Order: sequence, then C-alpha cells, then structure tokens
Amino acid sequence: MTELQTTDAPLAGEEIPGALVVSEPVARRQARRQARRRASLASILIPPLLFGAFIIGIWYVISYLVIAPRRRFLLRPPHDVLQEGFLKWESLSELLDALWASSKVALIGLAISIVLGMLMAVIMSQAKLLERAMFPYLVILQAIPILAVVPLIAFWFKTGINARIIVCVLISLFPIIVNTLFGLQSADRGMHDLFTLQHVSRWTRLSKLMFPAAMPAIFAGLRISAGLSVIGAIVGDFFFARGEIGIGQVLRKYANNLDGEQLIAAVIVSSLLGVTVFLFFGWLQQRIVGRWYADSGAP
Amino acid sequence: MRETATTLLPTAKNEGITFDAIGMTYPDGTNAIDEASFSVGAGEFVTVVGPSGCGKSTLLRIASGLLEPSSGTVDIDRNHLGYVFQDPTLLPWRTVRQNVELLAELRGLPRAERSELAGVAIEMVGLGGFEQHYPKSLSGGMKMRCSLARTLTLRPPVFLFDEPFGAVDEITREHLNDQTQQIFQREGFAGLFITHSISEAVYMSTRVLVMSARPGRLVAEFEVPFGYPRVQDLRFEPKFAELSGEISRELRGNS
Ligand SMILES: Nc1ncnc2c1ncn2[C@@H]1O[C@H](COP(=O)(O)OP(=O)(O)OP(=O)(O)O)[C@@H](O)[C@H]1O
Ligand SMILES: [Mg+2]
Repeated sequence: MTELQTTDAPLAGEEIPGALVVSEPVARRQARRQARRRASLASILIPPLLFGAFIIGIWYVISYLVIAPRRRFLLRPPHDVLQEGFLKWESLSELLDALWASSKVALIGLAISIVLGMLMAVIMSQAKLLERAMFPYLVILQAIPILAVVPLIAFWFKTGINARIIVCVLISLFPIIVNTLFGLQSADRGMHDLFTLQHVSRWTRLSKLMFPAAMPAIFAGLRISAGLSVIGAIVGDFFFARGEIGIGQVLRKYANNLDGEQLIAAVIVSSLLGVTVFLFFGWLQQRIVGRWYADSGAP
Repeated sequence: MRETATTLLPTAKNEGITFDAIGMTYPDGTNAIDEASFSVGAGEFVTVVGPSGCGKSTLLRIASGLLEPSSGTVDIDRNHLGYVFQDPTLLPWRTVRQNVELLAELRGLPRAERSELAGVAIEMVGLGGFEQHYPKSLSGGMKMRCSLARTLTLRPPVFLFDEPFGAVDEITREHLNDQTQQIFQREGFAGLFITHSISEAVYMSTRVLVMSARPGRLVAEFEVPFGYPRVQDLRFEPKFAELSGEISRELRGNS
C-alpha cells in the first residue's frame, strides 16, 4: 500500500515550475545527438545514391541492349559521356566557360529579382490599393510564355548580357513577389493587435512582425525563383544564339553536331547550377528559420 | 510604479476602468452589446461571465481601444494597459525570453531594463529554465504562461484577461489561477477577467458580473466574500458552492 506514494511525481512529466526534469548528463546527450546525426546523414544519402545507381544501370541497359549498335550514338553509355564530355580538356573547358557565363547571368538576374520582388511585395503590403491595382498585371506577366517575349527583348535590348538578365528577371520575379506578399500577410490578427496596443510605427510593425513572419514563405519563393532564373539564363542564351557563349549556345551547337556524349554532359552541367542554388537556399533557410519554423506534414 | 500612483490625487483616470453606457453594433448589423455601465477600481478583480457570443470579447476590445464603441465612453489609461488574449499569440521566431521582452522592446526600454523585467516575469509564472526554448516546443499551458509573463513586464495598473485559460486542462488551469491570483495580490492592479467557468470566476474575483445572451447587457452582480490568498480547497466549501449555484442559475435564466 505504501509503495503507491507517488503524489510528488510531476504530472504528465512537465508543467511543474521549479521542478525542471533532471537532464541526463550533457556528454551522453551530445553523443546521442551525434549518433542520430550520423544515422540521419546515412538515411539521407543512401536512398538517392541507390536510386542513382539504378538509373545508371538502366542507362547501360538501354545503351547496350535496347538500342541497336548501329544507332548507339543516340544514347552513348555513361562512361563514354564521362570520357568525352568531362575528361577531355577542350570539351570540359568549353562547358565550364559556358557554365560561368550562364551562372553570372542567372545570379545577377536572381539578385535583381530578389531585391525588386521583395521591394514590390513590401510596397503592396503597405498599400492595399496598389496591391489591387498591380496584381492583375503581375498575373499577366506570369502568364506570358517566356519564349514569346524573348524576341521582343532581343528587339529592344539587343542580345548582350543585359537582355539575358532581363529574361531571367522576368521569369523569376513573380514567385518572389507572390510568396513575399503572402508571407507578409501571414501574421494573424492577434499578433497585429499586440503591436497595435503598443502604438508601434509602420516600420516597427513591418520589421518586427510582418517580415519575420514572412521568412518561411520568402524562402519557398527563393527556391522556386532560383531554379527559374537558371532556366531563364539558358533559354535566353539558347534563343539569342550570339554574344558570350553560355550553356544555351553550347547545347545548340552539340545538338546540331550530333555530339551525343557532349550534349548529355552539357545537360548534366546545366542542372548542376540549378541544384547548387536550390541547395544553397535550402541550407540558408535551415540556418535562418529552421530553429523556430515547424515544418508541417513530416510524420 | 504603484507607490507613485498612491501619492497622486486619486483620479478615476489612472486608477481603473469605467464603462459608461457602452453599446456596440458591428457594421454588419450584429448588435453585440446593448448597454453596459460598470467600473473596476484598483485592487478589484472583476470577472464577467456570460454565454458564448454575448459580447465579452467585444467589451475588452472596446476597453483596450482596439475597437470603437458605437455609443458610450470608456475611461481608462491606455498607456499602461495589460491585455492577455484568448490565444497565447507568441511570435514563433522568438524564444521565450525574447517573447517576454517584446512589449518592453516595442516601448523602447533599454536592453538592461527589459532583460531584468523579463527575468522577473519569467520567474513569476514559473518558466525559469525555458528561456531559450521556442514556442513550438512549449505545451499549451506553458505558452499561456509565457503570454502572461509578457504582459506582466508592463507592470500594468489595469489588466484585461480574455478567457486566458480556456484552452488548458483543468489541473494546469488551477495552477495558473493561483499564479495569477498571487500576482494580483502583489501588484494590486485593476483586473477585468473573462471566463466561461463559474468556478474560476468565483475563485479569482472580488466581484462577478453576469451578462445576458446577445445583445449583451449586465443582468446581475455578485460580491465574492472570500479574502485573499485563496487556496484550491476553497472550491469545496459550501459557501463557494452556494455562490456558484446562484451565478449558474442567473446565467441559465438569461441564456
Ligand atoms: N468583427 C465582427 N463583425 C461582426 N460581428 C462580430 C464581429 N466580432 C464579433 N461579432 C459578433 O458579436 C457577437 C459577440 O462577439 P464576442 O466575440 O464579443 O463574443 P464573446 O462573448 O466573446 O463570445 P465567446 O465567449 O464565445 O468568446 C457575436 O455574435 C459575434 O458573432
Ligand atoms: Mg470571446
């Protein structure tokens, strides 16, 4: 009977002030956290690596078993692509130069989109009237297929780096504006009331409430726009077909020459840029909002 | 703060809240409050109970200045007003400590001062040790305590509570009742409290007001004869049950 004296035990394991649940030794906790990180790194890397190996396997099967030897130029096996596209210095240096040219355009375009897009979103968030006036045109801008405006841009701005950057901005601006605006409007009424009661200035409300609340949405927009700006840079280069040689022109040249290995190598390189920017913003997002933002949906 | 207040001539303005013939009809035509006149003085803890949708939150929003009444006036010093909402409304990107410091920060208090105020408030609500946690890792009751601590940093002479403990379990709620009561005793503010729970109303208050269903009007007023500090066992005293019963009958008669 007397064994059941548990009246002092914390209820539901928490909530008893001053009676902090005694923490396990710090060292043990750290060791466990490290083990967990190692396990999670493996669980992050292994599935995609396996799947990548699977895809390369299929690639070999298609190259050697599906396609008749006579027509093998259509899909050279992976080691040929590696050999011809990446391990030969002339083709590699051509690719890297093109990558550099396109990266410049994509990054400058993205930077302009970020600054311009966030600025426009902030302005629209401050004046409902402006938002209503401008939004339909943004939707139209978004709806125009980029291929339709490329000739117009070439007509107005020639085909130099400026024209390419404009293509990038046009294609990557919309997600930044829409996501930032959505984010700025995501703080709920109670939070606004809290600030209203302290008679804060517009600027304080924006910088201490609306902007931090918008961060997760802004990052979602950044990751979309980062990918789009890379596409913009390549599409612009492909259609202008002159000026500093970027990935677009290299792709066109290999396609015309039926250089199968190099074409595939160029496709791989072009995706590399997009993936890098995407990963960079993912990392930045984790750094900035990962601590407080509870990703929903993950079981 | 309170000391200086007592040396001044007692004016209604700095001491509490006075509602004078407040009426509220929303733009869509909803008549939320018919007519309400009452006051809450310093050292009083007045609770309003009433059926859902009778205009209790509306009353507090009017008191705080977030909402303009359609008619009538409120006498209240809005520069020193504490208002605890029904939801914790913590900023998720701020830690507990940063959340508690928020109001002092918005008022432009120097860093050292707001840090001290926050430290005291966090201790008062028993959140010591959780300063660096983000809201997402707090339980519902802890979030509410954090919200309470945030308001406490203002050391408000007038304190509005809109069903602050409505969403927490019974045990946590009783615990929060006691903490709030201790703070009330220490600070002696003028408190206006909203709740659905008759037991909570009687346990906390010096006076209980009963509001009728919409359009809300005050239909009854009960003095609570118990002194402070009150302990949880009070809830099981016959006099407590009797008073609760009277209030309950009044509520049912008007809902
Ligand atoms: N902004 C608004 N516009 C129109 N009607 C409103 C608005 N806010 C509240 N009301 C109406 O006014 C009435 C009173 O609302 P209020 O929120 O004050 O009720 P309450 O007493 O706090 O209810 P509860 O106890 O459920 O919180 C309700 O009928 C509600 O529908
Ligand atoms: Mg309410």
